[in-house]
Amino acid sequence: MVPSCHPSGPSHLVHNFSVFTCNACDLSFKYLFRLDLLTDLVVAKHARRLAISIPPRGRLSTLNDDAPPSHLTTTLPHRPAVHPLTFADRFSSRSKIVFHYLRCNLIYTKVPFNAQTTLVSALVFLFGSQTPPHTKIAPVEIQILKPYRAPSMAKQRPSLLLLLSLISLLLSPPPAFSFSDESPTARRILVLVDDLALRSSHSIFFDSLVSRGYQLEFKLADDPSLSLQRYGQFLYDGLVLFAPSVSRFGGSLDQSKVLEFVDAGHDLILAVDSNASDLVRGIATDSGADFDEDPEAVVIDHLSYAVSDADGDHTLIASDNLIKSNVILGDKAIEAPILFRGIGHSVNPANTLVLKALTASPSAYSANPKTKLSSPPSLTGSSISLVSVMQARNNARVLISGSLELFSNRFLRSSVQKAGSKTIYDKSGNEQFVTEAAKWVFHERGHLKAVNVKHNKVGETTEPGIYRINDDLEYSVEIYEWSGKRWEPYVADDVQVQFFMMSPYVLKTMSTNKKGLYSTSFKVPDVYGVFQFKVEYERLGYTSLSLAKQIPVRPFRHNEYERFIPAAFPYYAASFSTMGAFFIFSIVYLYHK
Amino acid sequence: MGATSVASPAPLNSAPSSFPSLKALKFTTKQQELLIRVSALALIYVLAFVVRLFSVLRYESMIHEFDPYFNYRTTLFLTKNGFSEFWNWFDSESWYPLGRIIGGTLYPGLMVTAALIHRILHFFSFAVHIREVCVLTAPFFASNTTLVAYFFGKEIWDSGAGLVAAALIAICPGYISRSVAGSYDNEGVAIFALLLTFYLFVKAVNTGSLAWSLASAFGYFYMVSAWGGYVFIINLVPLYVLVLLVTGRYSMRLYVAYNCMYVVGMLLAMQIRFVGFQHVQSGEHMAAMGVFFLLQVFYFLDWVKYILNDIKLFHSFLRITLTCAITVGVLALSIGTASGYISPWTGRFYSLLDPTYAKDHIPIIASVSEHQPTAWSSFMFDFHILLFLFPAGLYFCFKRLSDATIFVVMYGLTSMYFAGVMVRLILVAAPAMCLVSSIAVSATVKNLSSLVRAKSKSPQGSGKPLSGSKAAAKASADQSLPFQKNGAIALLLGALYLLCRYAIHCTWVTSEAYSSPSIVLAARGHGGGRVIFDDYREAYYWLRQNTPPDAKVMSWWDYGYQITAMGNRTVIVDNNTWNNTHIATVGRAMSSYEHEAYEIMLSLDVNYVLVVFGGVTGYSSDDINKFLWMVRIGGGVFPVIKEPDYLVNGEFRVDKGAAPKMLNCLMYKLCYYRFGEMTTEYGKPPGYDRVRGVEIGNKDIKLEYLEEAFTTSNWIVRIYKVKPPKNRW
Repeated sequence: MVPSCHPSGPSHLVHNFSVFTCNACDLSFKYLFRLDLLTDLVVAKHARRLAISIPPRGRLSTLNDDAPPSHLTTTLPHRPAVHPLTFADRFSSRSKIVFHYLRCNLIYTKVPFNAQTTLVSALVFLFGSQTPPHTKIAPVEIQILKPYRAPSMAKQRPSLLLLLSLISLLLSPPPAFSFSDESPTARRILVLVDDLALRSSHSIFFDSLVSRGYQLEFKLADDPSLSLQRYGQFLYDGLVLFAPSVSRFGGSLDQSKVLEFVDAGHDLILAVDSNASDLVRGIATDSGADFDEDPEAVVIDHLSYAVSDADGDHTLIASDNLIKSNVILGDKAIEAPILFRGIGHSVNPANTLVLKALTASPSAYSANPKTKLSSPPSLTGSSISLVSVMQARNNARVLISGSLELFSNRFLRSSVQKAGSKTIYDKSGNEQFVTEAAKWVFHERGHLKAVNVKHNKVGETTEPGIYRINDDLEYSVEIYEWSGKRWEPYVADDVQVQFFMMSPYVLKTMSTNKKGLYSTSFKVPDVYGVFQFKVEYERLGYTSLSLAKQIPVRPFRHNEYERFIPAAFPYYAASFSTMGAFFIFSIVYLYHK
Repeated sequence: MGATSVASPAPLNSAPSSFPSLKALKFTTKQQELLIRVSALALIYVLAFVVRLFSVLRYESMIHEFDPYFNYRTTLFLTKNGFSEFWNWFDSESWYPLGRIIGGTLYPGLMVTAALIHRILHFFSFAVHIREVCVLTAPFFASNTTLVAYFFGKEIWDSGAGLVAAALIAICPGYISRSVAGSYDNEGVAIFALLLTFYLFVKAVNTGSLAWSLASAFGYFYMVSAWGGYVFIINLVPLYVLVLLVTGRYSMRLYVAYNCMYVVGMLLAMQIRFVGFQHVQSGEHMAAMGVFFLLQVFYFLDWVKYILNDIKLFHSFLRITLTCAITVGVLALSIGTASGYISPWTGRFYSLLDPTYAKDHIPIIASVSEHQPTAWSSFMFDFHILLFLFPAGLYFCFKRLSDATIFVVMYGLTSMYFAGVMVRLILVAAPAMCLVSSIAVSATVKNLSSLVRAKSKSPQGSGKPLSGSKAAAKASADQSLPFQKNGAIALLLGALYLLCRYAIHCTWVTSEAYSSPSIVLAARGHGGGRVIFDDYREAYYWLRQNTPPDAKVMSWWDYGYQITAMGNRTVIVDNNTWNNTHIATVGRAMSSYEHEAYEIMLSLDVNYVLVVFGGVTGYSSDDINKFLWMVRIGGGVFPVIKEPDYLVNGEFRVDKGAAPKMLNCLMYKLCYYRFGEMTTEYGKPPGYDRVRGVEIGNKDIKLEYLEEAFTTSNWIVRIYKVKPPKNRW
């Protein structure tokens, strides 16, 4: 049996340390830690922060899970552990703190017992001290998977190292909220720029992000300390890559690391301009957007350029060919055209995930404006995508823009008049576009989750492990949409469930109660086998829902058939009468002379 | 049999001794003979069991090969969940996603037998694990078979022949190959049931007793419940009856025996779910029914003949009746076949009658090594001296023709034919060979020994010759021949020598060839020591421990049973080859390019792919050697797979000269992935395949949709994980 405790929150503060009461165990406990079982700690991933009380003189309480609360206390080792990493290094970004357990395990499996216990105590200090009084402490669930064995340790004293680590941790910034399934919105965003001046020239965009609660970390793209992950954990939830000309990232970052970041479910905004490096182009290509291979080429449009374009080479484009999706671009229609100056790209036709968010007009083409056009341009017309979005299969979202200026304060604030149009807009559509698109990219919108998948026979409530052919069953699932702050019921009339074995045997549209619950009922087909309840819900802009639940369907048991079939009564009569007649005949034959 | 119990029937002898005092302990000749017989039989019984334990001694107490793992798994299920659950078991772990109704598609006799033994042992508080019971079921039944063989031999010839038959069958390699400890397969109990049914039937024919006939029907029922080979019985017995009718040996005994056996046996057999209505609906069982009706007609005619008393009238009546009966029979059969009520013969049955049929039409049957036509060497290997004792036995049978000997002759001849068609049917022929040979041995030795003894006796008193047997009479008639005694002694010694050779051969074959579990491989190392390759179990254990419980494993069907039984994972296809299309789909995936195979694997929800590869160890029955069958079976259903694409000038190669499709198909890639870097033999280039004896043609293999998950220590089993679809494409 796996014991688990559910601390409900701090009941009081002692010496700056929180003390929990555990609802499940109904006892106020100091904290449960198994010095020898660190590798087996599984911490629920939604836990944000731990607060741990430290008894005086560094004695660490442990809780025996087998016996009722007989507190086994054990002291911390007096010998400082020798290990190569300092705690400061390890915990400098103290978000996702609980995951450090797992990370540390990897390190500590190599190190003997002492080091392990040191680590625990370090964690204890860390958690205990790092809780600012105003933050609420989220519930924590800790499961211990092995039975407890009391460590045979002599009395030991807390090490000096602990104090050192404590100090170093106190100096580092407070922990941030982490990205999780429960709140899908990205929180910590790394912004890579070529030049830190971009921070001010694109401040409106960045400020809008900050105002919505994002924590931006600006770094130069060639910063040697650049790293997206440490100890197997990603340090950021999103990446804004506004460094078009960087040919090599600093630190350990490279193209594959960025793609790995996306493949781990994190979001990316990538903007380039006419001097895009191969590195950035490569990232775009791997995300399904192929920039024009000519390094000098930019998108030119002689018909729908912006009037304010003084140069006359018509490279400043005012486009309003937006993707028709309220999910991606928000409910409010973008009235004003969007200013764009940069390079165009085509979306890879083999890639079904990438979409053109902003398309060039049919008269656009991609060429070098400074030279004469000698051959037909490779990219023309509405096959040019100016801004593309891509939602990967793991629901990571990527936005690729051929223009970095699209996000700039200048474009966001400037008025726009499309050539050939009388209307002058005071403000271009850029601000609304980039804000809404960023909302989408960072999962403030269009993120669905399906929970509580249930199925049962009609008239029953428990979920069977197997169905019989021709059973009537009910299937239900709850679907919620993330609004940026909370989960709200998702309302649609096109959610379908399949009863699937190599091909769908049943395909039904589910009815909804408008509160997120979708349900339907149907009869199991007259075919046995291993079926799946499948919900494949893919709608433009929304994250794709792909639920599959396997369920076997068995044929009738031998005693589930009808015992007597009415149609066969003549045969029953015939056979039984024959038997009777034979019996009588035998008697008559044998005993009648 | 103790001395005291023997003492009471002692006065049966004509000895005039008044009262048994001390002399009671002295046995009469008959008692001595009985004692010798019983003790010999007991020794044979033990011998039959013991000789089959080589596999346990050399390896361990484990289940062998492929099918036994399924049987073991089902037996385990039966002991855990009871018969009702077993009967209705729908297995969702095999044949994903179709599933398999196990209760309705197996012969439950073996499992029920083992479970029963297990229960009995537990009732007597022997806490034996079911696996041990399963391992020892086949030897136990082999021992029982020797008893049946004894009684059978006694029935057809005499008790001497019975003893010899029991001894021969106890160590006959053809039988041992399927009944060593651990070979927990249907055949293990089925041969016992087969011989028992035959014995009881012959007994019934000999006695005309309803009881024996009924007993034989129950024997038949047990046989039907245990093995699909019961079709042999249901065809051989009518054939035998027909032969007796034709040779004018029809008798009331035969009528009673056959009718009772057929009717009751049929009704009982219908209770087995897997057999169901086949007895009245399938073409293979129609012969028995036809003979049944024929017997009724025969009986009816007999009766009419008895009533009519007029030969001429009877003859015309006979003509009319026969024509009518035949017409009605043929009409019924043709209508039944045309309407589909009577199913045509199955492929397996056809392939028995026409050995080339399977090769052309059903590759899935032809692909199994045990379905291949038998090579002469394996006859020699499995039968040894029985091969030439058999004709001698036939000679003796014909010399003393009776209903019983006719049966054993027919059994011998038909089973010999079938043994020639399919390797595995040597098993069915083995008891017949032993029986017929035992007649030869017994009769010859009897003749010779009587010659030897007659010579020594003749001066004492020719007035008391061994008048009972013909042999003795003949011996006394040929007394004038010179060197007769010496010749007889020489021949006796020769026979003894041959029998000794037989025993030595059998023991050697058993210990060297037939005790290998085939799941653990043994080889001789460089130093002559034994090297054990336990790769299969290593791989299955890995699967069990490291893959999610609902993972689906795709492999060629040979390994399906083992994966479900040992790895406890769902498989796409297994050794129960009931769905050819499904197997062909797997064959197609294996013989396609990787990206095509990926589509197939996704559609089947495959998580892992398992291949068996012998290139490192020189293990020749690996997937590359089976590959052409995958192509053929896949191509049989999906014509996009063409065998010539994988061949070069009709030759199957894996080296540089191999066909391009061969070099890039999934199976090749999975088997030889990273093999190009490996040096397998000293003095050979890296990537030298020790089975094919060539350097492989494609050393630079890159996998795009799969990744290597596990390779066993000797590379025999390689497991690959199917990657999820690409994230950004």
